[in-house]
Amino acid sequence: MKTIAIAVVVLFTLAALGNVNADQGPIQFSFVPQWIPQAQFAGYYVAFEKGFYAKHGLDVKVLRGGPERPSAEWLKTADSGLATMFLSTAISERAKGTRLVNIGQILSKSSQLLIAKKSSGISSWRDINGKKAGLWGAELSIMPMALFRRYGLQVNVIPQTSTVNLFLRGGVDVVSAMWYNEYHTILSAGVEPEDLVVFHLSDLGFNVPEDGIYCLESTYNKDPAACCRFVKASLEGWRYAFEHEKEALDIVMKYVNEAKIATNRQHQKWMLEHMREVIDLPESGGGPAVLKEEDYLAVASELMVSGLIDNIPAFSDFSKNCDAGNEK
Amino acid sequence: MRNRGLGFKLILFTLSGTTAVFLSAFLYFYMSAKDVVKRYVVRAAQHLTHATAYQIESMLRGVEKVPTNYAALLSAGNYEAEDIATLPERMVSANPEIYGAAVAFEPGAMTAGNHYFAPYCYRKADGCLANVMLGHESYHYFTMDWYQIPKELNRAAWTEPYYDEGGGNMIMASYSVPFYKERQGEKRFQGVVGTDIALFGLQEIVSSIRLYKSGYAFLISRNGVFITHPDSSLIMTNSIFSIADEENSSLLRSIGKDMIRGGEQMVALQSGLLLTSKCLLYYAPLSSIGWSLGIVVSEDELYESVHQLGRAVILIGLSGVFLMTIIVMVIARHITKPLKDLSATTVEIARGNLNAALPDIHRDDEIGILARSFEEMRLALKEYIKNLTATTAAKERIESELKIARNIQMSFLPKAFPPLPGKKSMEIAARLEPAREIGGDLYDYSLIDRNHLFFAVGDVSDKGIPAALFMAVTKTLLKGIAETGMDPSEILRRCNVELCGENDSMMFVTVFCAILDLRTGRLKYSNAGHEHPIIIRRGALPEYLQVPDGFFLGVEEESRYQTMETQLRPGDKLIVYTDGVTEAMNAAGELYSHANLMKTILSCSSLSVEEIAAEILGSVKQYSSGVSQADDITVLAVSLTGT
Repeated sequence: MKTIAIAVVVLFTLAALGNVNADQGPIQFSFVPQWIPQAQFAGYYVAFEKGFYAKHGLDVKVLRGGPERPSAEWLKTADSGLATMFLSTAISERAKGTRLVNIGQILSKSSQLLIAKKSSGISSWRDINGKKAGLWGAELSIMPMALFRRYGLQVNVIPQTSTVNLFLRGGVDVVSAMWYNEYHTILSAGVEPEDLVVFHLSDLGFNVPEDGIYCLESTYNKDPAACCRFVKASLEGWRYAFEHEKEALDIVMKYVNEAKIATNRQHQKWMLEHMREVIDLPESGGGPAVLKEEDYLAVASELMVSGLIDNIPAFSDFSKNCDAGNEK
Repeated sequence: MRNRGLGFKLILFTLSGTTAVFLSAFLYFYMSAKDVVKRYVVRAAQHLTHATAYQIESMLRGVEKVPTNYAALLSAGNYEAEDIATLPERMVSANPEIYGAAVAFEPGAMTAGNHYFAPYCYRKADGCLANVMLGHESYHYFTMDWYQIPKELNRAAWTEPYYDEGGGNMIMASYSVPFYKERQGEKRFQGVVGTDIALFGLQEIVSSIRLYKSGYAFLISRNGVFITHPDSSLIMTNSIFSIADEENSSLLRSIGKDMIRGGEQMVALQSGLLLTSKCLLYYAPLSSIGWSLGIVVSEDELYESVHQLGRAVILIGLSGVFLMTIIVMVIARHITKPLKDLSATTVEIARGNLNAALPDIHRDDEIGILARSFEEMRLALKEYIKNLTATTAAKERIESELKIARNIQMSFLPKAFPPLPGKKSMEIAARLEPAREIGGDLYDYSLIDRNHLFFAVGDVSDKGIPAALFMAVTKTLLKGIAETGMDPSEILRRCNVELCGENDSMMFVTVFCAILDLRTGRLKYSNAGHEHPIIIRRGALPEYLQVPDGFFLGVEEESRYQTMETQLRPGDKLIVYTDGVTEAMNAAGELYSHANLMKTILSCSSLSVEEIAAEILGSVKQYSSGVSQADDITVLAVSLTGT
């Protein structure tokens, strides 16, 4: 009995010591961007490399993202995991039951494009009717599909994955692209901008936020302040990257080269420059960017309509506003 | 320049001429050589590109045949899943250049209810073959380029190069051929037969191409992405367009576009494609796969041999010019050295030192001739000066003797009338202005006895010593004969006889002589061819005295003379003179003339005889001022003053 009592005391003491350690040592996170290393995630790499996370008392491990490590899947298993994700992907995961929460909406605008060659006879989005269009799968297709639906366009949708080669060869008339990525890839294959017609989904009324920072509800609840400090440090990373483009590119290229990604500095430069257009950095203080409820609902309802989700999770469950005093 | 020496000019002109010719020749050679080299390199690059393209394309065509045949087979007949499953392995094992092969079907096209059906066989790292079935939830092969492109394009197609799935460094490309099934007259897409090839063989072919030191070949894909490049960091990451972007070169971008369009040509780049200097790029397409092969040569290296040759030629040229300078200098020195010596000596000669020895120049050329001429000239000058000195000495001696003779001659003439005791009845004045050359004028006067004054003026026909002697003889004779108390005509006759007797030189003398009786003023006179004297009678104008005719003395022994008489009254004046007065010349060559003489006498007729003689001489001298006196000038004036 005594032994048990002593054991209990020791356990409590250890637990207490553990708590002390947790309070005093840096808080540990693992972070995964939603795709392979590129300037789309420059802010996080810069924040890590420049020690912004450490400055905020965080011990962050930046892991390589990509098709082998889809953010949502990884979050489910990771301990203290943080990840970026498309808003639509995140809503869809939440609706499927993964209890993840948005702690910062970094990209406030949509970069998604539909691109056609002028030579295919397309000059306005209405001309897409009856054409072959390459669309990415799942959540990435909801906005283009919403566009087609809204205007009653009959489009022959061809699934599109990671390349634009089918479009370059003339296999499809319209291709899905990100302003900061595939558009430049097409230009870098020798196509002139004036030979292309570019439709910004944001211009057509489908402007939805894209990349946000997510974690499991449990991770957030454990230390909301630390999560918010991660968002804050990430935004500082973004600010630094935009202000020090060359250095930021050096850092991005380091990650790119380590991952043996077939890309080049010019492409990453383009990407970084265009990330600037879709990231609204708060004017001062580097406070977290917050997801707006109307954006959330717009995306969620499109997901519903598309049949990708069957319920819309409550916004208050989904979004944790770091601005609302959770930071400290 | 004008003051520079002959040697300098010779060097300057020779060298500038030679250098100009050399430079023009060099430039022509240099440009031509570059042109030849460039043409050669263009041909070589063209040949090399075509040969390499052919080699690669042969390989690709070999690979293409395999899936093409199988696709045709699949389109033609019925098949079972089991047959299909073994096809990839058969393809891979029979074709060493094929790395992997797949027969991929549309969803459900092979076996109902089975979404994926795509047997794939590939070579493992150890060379063994492995068979797998492609397609699962995270690998929808239907959306892969190798499947989708031939499907959507309805024709066989090569994919863009990609890294193999193993994550290694192996770059692959796939060739897929669609196959179809006819159902109710409709051709329906069933799937593709795909083959993967590893590109290292092809990379090796291209990488092994070397032109000069840094010339290289590169291969770009349909998208402009580098498949091979000496800078391996560009491979699969950069495209020719991203490089163009980085270098901000629109030229390179348009070249890239032409390359992926299948263009072929030679272009010159100022820089770019990672070369910092000018370079030439030759490119040609690999038509079957849509790629393009480029060969880059640095112009510097291209022309390196030309530059080397150029440098050697320049060096030879410079040495030649240097050598030429030395040769020309030596020649110039050879020419100018004796000239300099010669000129130094001639300066000495010009200063008057004719003994200055001329340099010893033993040459037969122009310089030698010049030197010898100079020597001859020097000797001739020396001789001439010697003669001149002797002549001058002789002349000086003669002149001095003449001067003495002249003095002696003048001493014959009475200087002033000896005072006649108690005879104040007449005045006489005589002046003889001798010419520089000894002349032959004479005058004389003397008292024959207490009451008779003899006076005479003569002019010997010639000048010089003989004339002077003749004058002396005449004067002596006249005086001697006059003292015997004869009439003037008799005096002249006798004197003539005496003179003719020894006058071999046929000299003659004109003489006016007279005897004045101082008591009566009776003047007896005779004339032997002399100027008519002028008489000034008191209160009248001067006039010529009437004289008897008479031939001059010393020519005709038989000559006879007459005596004429005239009465002089006190105040009358007689002026006798020689032709030295009337024939004196002024600067214009005009004679003084009798008219001027008469005018002068008229203006001074009232003066004393002394003054009249002086006036006449003064007038003549003034008239002929600036002209050397050619003849003796003699004036003798006599006046009767009364008792």
